[in-house]
Parts: sequence; C-alpha cells; structure tokens
Amino acid sequence: MNKKSHFVKCLLLFVSLAFVFVMLVLPLAVVLIKCLEEGWVTYRSTITDYYTQKALGLTLTATIIATVLNTIFGLFAAWAITKFNFRFKNALTTIIDLPFAISPIIAGLIFIMTFGRIGFLHPFLQAHHIKIVFATPGIVLATLFVTFPFVAREIIPLMNSQGNEEEEAAAMMGANGFTIFFKVTLPKIKWALIYGIILCAARAMGEFGAVSVVSGSIRGKTNTLPLHVEILYNEFKATEAFGVASILVIMAIVILILRNIIEYRSRRESE
Amino acid sequence: MKKFVGTILLLALGVTTFTGCNTTEVGSKTAGESKTETVELLNVSYDPTRELYTQYNETFAKYYQEKTGRSVKVEQSHGGSGKQGRSVIEGIEADIVTLALAYDIDEISKAGLIDENWQSEFKENSAPYTSTIVFLVRKGNPKNIKDWGDLVRSDVEIVTPNPKTSGGARWNYLAAWAWALKQYDNDEVQVREYITKLYKNVVALDSGARGATTSFAENGIGDVLLAWENEAYLSLGEDGGDQFEIVTPSISILAEPPVAIVDANVEVRGTAEIAKDYLEYLYSDEGQEIAARNYYRPRNEEILEKYKDTFADIKLVTIDEVFGGWTNAQATHFADDGVFDQIYVPTN
Amino acid sequence: MARWKKTKVIPGFGLSMGVVLLYLSLIVIIPLATVFVKSFDSGLSGFMKAAFSQRVVAGYKVSLLCSFIAASVNSIFGIIISWVLVRYDFPCKRIIDGFIDLPFALPTAVAGISLTTLFAKNGWIGQFLYSIGIQSIHSKFGISMALVFIGIPFVVRTIQPVLEDLDIQYEEAAIMLGADRIQIFFRVIVPEIFPALLTGFALAFARGLGEYGSVIFIAGNQPMKTEIAPLLIMSKLGEYDYSGATAIAIVMLFASFMILLLINILQALFSKFSK
Repeated sequence: MNKKSHFVKCLLLFVSLAFVFVMLVLPLAVVLIKCLEEGWVTYRSTITDYYTQKALGLTLTATIIATVLNTIFGLFAAWAITKFNFRFKNALTTIIDLPFAISPIIAGLIFIMTFGRIGFLHPFLQAHHIKIVFATPGIVLATLFVTFPFVAREIIPLMNSQGNEEEEAAAMMGANGFTIFFKVTLPKIKWALIYGIILCAARAMGEFGAVSVVSGSIRGKTNTLPLHVEILYNEFKATEAFGVASILVIMAIVILILRNIIEYRSRRESE
Repeated sequence: MKKFVGTILLLALGVTTFTGCNTTEVGSKTAGESKTETVELLNVSYDPTRELYTQYNETFAKYYQEKTGRSVKVEQSHGGSGKQGRSVIEGIEADIVTLALAYDIDEISKAGLIDENWQSEFKENSAPYTSTIVFLVRKGNPKNIKDWGDLVRSDVEIVTPNPKTSGGARWNYLAAWAWALKQYDNDEVQVREYITKLYKNVVALDSGARGATTSFAENGIGDVLLAWENEAYLSLGEDGGDQFEIVTPSISILAEPPVAIVDANVEVRGTAEIAKDYLEYLYSDEGQEIAARNYYRPRNEEILEKYKDTFADIKLVTIDEVFGGWTNAQATHFADDGVFDQIYVPTN
Repeated sequence: MARWKKTKVIPGFGLSMGVVLLYLSLIVIIPLATVFVKSFDSGLSGFMKAAFSQRVVAGYKVSLLCSFIAASVNSIFGIIISWVLVRYDFPCKRIIDGFIDLPFALPTAVAGISLTTLFAKNGWIGQFLYSIGIQSIHSKFGISMALVFIGIPFVVRTIQPVLEDLDIQYEEAAIMLGADRIQIFFRVIVPEIFPALLTGFALAFARGLGEYGSVIFIAGNQPMKTEIAPLLIMSKLGEYDYSGATAIAIVMLFASFMILLLINILQALFSKFSK
C-alpha cells in the first residue's frame, strides 16, 4: 500500500512538473533567450531606448490607475453583494464577471463605438475638447474594462463564506459603515484583497488586444509596452521585440514573487 | 431616502472627477505646445515603413528648419494598413496618412475626412515611391520556382498573408491574377481555377505580412513566400542572405503605396501647409534617395537607375489598367462573398 | 420578513450600490449597449447574414471546439496540479505554484510569439511533435495549445481552495471502511470538487472563446479550418464593415454571458449545498 502510494505520488508530481515546465516555463525561457541573442549591448540599448521608456511609463500609469479604481470598485461591489439581499443579484454578479469572458477585441471595439469619431458621444466630447480614444484616457478605460472583475471576484466568495454576524454586531453597537468596514471587515479579507490587487495589476500591464484597438499606437504617446513589442516584431526586429517583452516578463515575475510572499505570510498568520 | 441622496451625490461626484481629469490633461498639453513653438505632425502609416519614415523625418526636419526657421517634430504610428485607416476614421488626429492601399485612403475619404480627389493632389497618383510583389524561396531554390505557374504545382507549399486582413496580401493576390489573365488569354474560368489551386497550396494564411514572413523565415513553413519587394530585401538583410533568395516572376503588379493629407484634421490643427511640404518633399532627390535606400522603388528615373542592381526589371502592370481601380478590385475580389471567399466555399 | 430585517442592520447599501451601478454603467453597460444598437444598423436580415454566414459559423465551430478541448485538458491537468500543490511537499513547490499565474501576467502577444517559436517545426517541442506526425502549429492542435496556456490558472485557482478545505478525515474514514484509491477518488473527492471543477472549466472555456492575441500567431488562419471567431471580427473591421463586425461580436457576447450566468448559478447552488 505504502509503496503504491509512493508511486502514485511520484507519477502525479512528474505529470504536474512536466506540464508546468512545457506549458509555462519554456515559453518564458524562449523570451529570455531570444532577447539576449545579440548580446548585452543590444539588450541595453533596447530597454534604455526613448520610446521603450515612454511605453513603460504609459503602461505603469494605466496599470496604477486601473488597479486603484478597480480596487475601490471591487470593495464597494463586494459590500453590496455580500451584505445585502436584493433582486437580480445573480444578474449583477454576472455583469461584473462579463469582462472576463469578453474577447479583448470586442472590449476595445465598444469604446471606439462609444467615444470615437463614429460614436454617439463624439459631438459632446468634441465640443468640450475631451480626448478619450487614441489618447491616455482611452487606454486607461480599456485596461479598466478588462481588469474589472479581478478584485471583486477574489473577495466576494470570501466575504460570502465569512458571514455577516460580526458586522451586524458592530452595526447594532452603533458603528457607522466606514468604521465597520475598516475595523471589522478589512482585517478579515486583507490577504484576499491584496491577492486580487496583484492579479489585477498583472493583467493590466499585460493587456494587449483591447488596448491595441483604442490606442492608435502613436510612438512615444499612446504606445504601451505590449503594443511596442508587437510593433518591433512587425518591423523585423525580433531581438528588440523580445527585449521589450523581457521587461514585461520581469515585471510579471516580480508580481508573482510578491504574490507568493503574501500567500506565505497570510498562511503563517492564519496558523 | 438618505440612501437615495447618497447615491445621487456619488453619481455627481463621479461624473465631475471623470470629466475633470480629462480636461486638465487637455489643458496641460496645449500649454506645453505654445511654450516650445515646435510644430507637431502625426503621420499614420503602415507596418514596413518605420525605417523609411524615421530617416525621412529627420531629413525633413532639417530641411524645414533651414527653409522656414521653424522646428518640426513628426510623430509616427504604424500598424496594418486597414487598421490604421480605421483609426483615422475613428478619430486619431492624423495630419498625414501614408498607407499601403489607395482603397484605405478612399475609405477615409468616404468618411468625409479627405477630399475625394486626393489622388491627383500629388504627382504620380500621389504615390511617391512604388514596390512590387516577388517570391522569396529557400537558398538554392530547391523546388525550382521560377514564375507564377510553378506555384500551383502539387509539391509547392505557399505562405502568404490573408487578403481579408492584410493590405500586402491583396497585392499578392492581384499580381497572381494579373499573370493568369495574361497566361490564359483573359479566360476568366481558367483564371479562377488557377487562383483556387494557388490558395489550395497555401499552408499558412497569417493575419499580417510580418506574421507570414515569420512563418516562412523563422518557423520554416512552406517553400515560397509571396512578399513585398522591400520586405523580401529586409528578410535577406536580417542574416537571411545565406538562407533565402529572391525570385522575380515574369510579370508582377505595380504596388503604389499612396500618401494623402487628412484635410479635416489639418484644418482644425492649422497644419495644412506644413503637411503639404512634408509630402511634396518626398518627391525631392533627398526623399527619393531615402526611399530607394529602404528598398522602395523611387519614381525619379535617375535615382532608380543608380539603384538598378537592387530593383530587377520586371514587367509591371497597374491596378487601374487590369482591375479598373481599387474600389472595383475590392468589391469583386475581397468583399464578403467576393471571389476570394468563394475559393474557400466547400464544393460538395 | 425576518431576513429582510436582518439585512437592513448593516449600513452602506445606498452608497455601495450607487458606486457599483455608476461604475458599471460607465465602463461596461453604456459601451456594450452602443454595440448592440450598432449591430442592427443593417437590419435583422443584415445581422443574420453577417453573424451566421458559412465561414463565420465555421469560425464559431473552430473557437468552440478548440476552447472545449483546451478546457478539458486543463481540467485534467488542473486536478492533478492542484492535488500535487495541496497534498504533497516537494522542493520548489512555491515557485511552481507561482508559475501557475504566469499566463495572467504575460501579455498575450508575447505568449503567442513564444508558443509559436516553441511549437514550430524547428522549435524545441515542435521538432519532436512533427517527428511523430503531429502538426503542432497552423492547426487546431496549435490553437488548443495556446488556449491551454491561457486557461490553466482559471482551473487550478478554482479547485485549489476547495481541495485545501477538504477534510482529510473523510478519506481516512473511507480507507477504514475498505475503499480503494480509485473508489476514494471518485466517491469522495470528485463530488466535493465537482462544482469548482465545473466553474474552472467554464471560466477557461469562456476565456478561450474570446482569446485573440496568443492564437493568431499559432493558428495559420486558414478559412473554414483554423480561423477563429475573434479573427473574423478583425477581418470585418479590415473591410470597414462595422455592423458585420459587431454582429459577430454580439453572438460571442451572448455566448459569454450565458456561460457566466451558468457559472454563477452553479456557484450559488454550490454555496447553498455546502451550507
């Protein structure tokens, strides 16, 4: 029995490791190897290039704005959904989840159709000199849309499973909403919230499809890092493209390490 | 009731911050422009012209500074030709478009942004440089591909992008069609049969020209890549010289990537004059040299002669004489249920 | 009545509901509604023609089939990987765990390019697959591979917490009662993780349907064979055919919505069940 279970363990371990290696580690390795194909000098000049730096700046701006707004939204949504009963609750959660399943192409398209020159809001925006698509606000909007459900999705199930007794008790004692949230709820959902924020940031900085539709890729102005990768790639500059991609990969790894540290700390705390 | 008031207040707050942050952005931008007095131009172009326009923009800025004493900064945007044309229709504030197909500029014109007679605004159909379609084959030409006729042999695998999504791919398709028309004495039935056979041999129909080149050059797919002449040279340059060679067919199409001023935008931005200067300077000796160095065929005969080793002498037909212009070609061949779609309708 | 009273104790309903609805309408509902209106520009017959022409239907089929294969593959490996991560201790476990989230963070275009490089005829994995007769790029196999990459975190991350909560006592009790390994797995573990598995499957499936960036490089995009539905939207846009593009978009939106609704109903059932 013991021998058999050891065999099963080894087999399962092998299968998992093989899968992770082939499907996840190798694609990453390709990026890192390709970007150093022409040596450090090319790599250095790629990542210190003016347009790469500008693209990095824009990507960070969009990521930060999207993460902050979606965190605030996620908290409010989770509060509304888990603390109260109302009709159409299922429909509301479904709408919140919708951006998960919508093709990024469609996500970009809807903003073009709404705010672009062919959209119905265009005359209004034109009259007030507000630029949305093909400018930073459009890129932020598209990023907001695709990362919309991440925070809410992480904390809603947790808040659901924790129940409302403590909040109700606090409310009976006369605490107001914000006090209840910060003193009672937040400490309970802290780790899930941080995990949600991290996922949201990770997805935001990597978003390609939706942003590509609304950006117009003006170099140095509306070009994000993922778009810059595509443009370099389309210009017969594979090494440079992978070089810029490696910045994103490094950012992704940093985020994943952060995630791991957080999970580790949250486990230690709960034990 | 209290809840309701809260909701309303929040709505108002949200709306003000939303519009507020946008107006401040616009404000800071105009302030920055007036300080430096640099004129900004936006040139919306297609994928393989980045090198060309990076070099050209520098030369033009120097020329303009000398001529008028004003400095100019030209912003660039590159992407698939159709996508770029759409961006202009959807509201990107381009002063100039330099695209792969006249069709894309016609669409912008239909949307009311460009004067409908744009093609006669500059010399040579508003196309300051041209290109054509050639074959890129593996070193030594193992499948012995010499001309369009060889492409339909059953042992040949072809890589070309999808004409529905790629402008360059439409030139490929039309070049093949033009050869077949001549070969089969304008017998439409045989021409169609030829084109159908050709696309049956296509193993990868990537969405853009670059994707097709990658499939062929880096991923080792297919025996022959139908490519722009300038793209073919670029892949030879990128350490492909000992892996590939270029085959020039007996007949090909004269691809005329056109340029135009986006009239509606330059009017608002006050850049009409400089935009005109910018495009006219493309026809100058300096402009033509830069085009030739980037493997685009210059219009200027003398400069073309100077680079005659690069540009092989091929019989080139134009889209106007064979297909009656882009609008026609688009409607017959590439629109929904056009000839290209019919090729892929299963015949059973 | 009693329930109604209970829910009213906690303050903040108006505020939170207000924020949610405002934000939802600005970012999601208004833009989506615009697309709906736009798609009927050319009337119902135009809509039907654009959304259900032979080639477009073939596109839906490719998308559905490949997403289904990918989600199934992910379900199997998802169970194994979550099991390994929850139940076993081994070196580098936390690194492996971290890697699962990678597809979230890696831009899809980068993923597409590097997967194509890997699976191409001369790529590290491709040369092996081609030698045993599998055409690993420009085929449905290739598309499915890209979608497996995109979908794996969804399955693992939904099963993992449930497995963690699963009380090991049940299994011990089953062993005492003489159940063998396979019986335990199917009788004890599967029923517990089944709702989570379904959710993960559906999420991966829905994500796969819409995926564009990573697929177009590996797909080869042959009409009727390896052309995915999102590419057809791009194709229509390339023809400046906005109503055609939005018609396909609407069909896909509807599919996504149905899948998500299903997930949420499943989850609601599940949470009732576990209480």
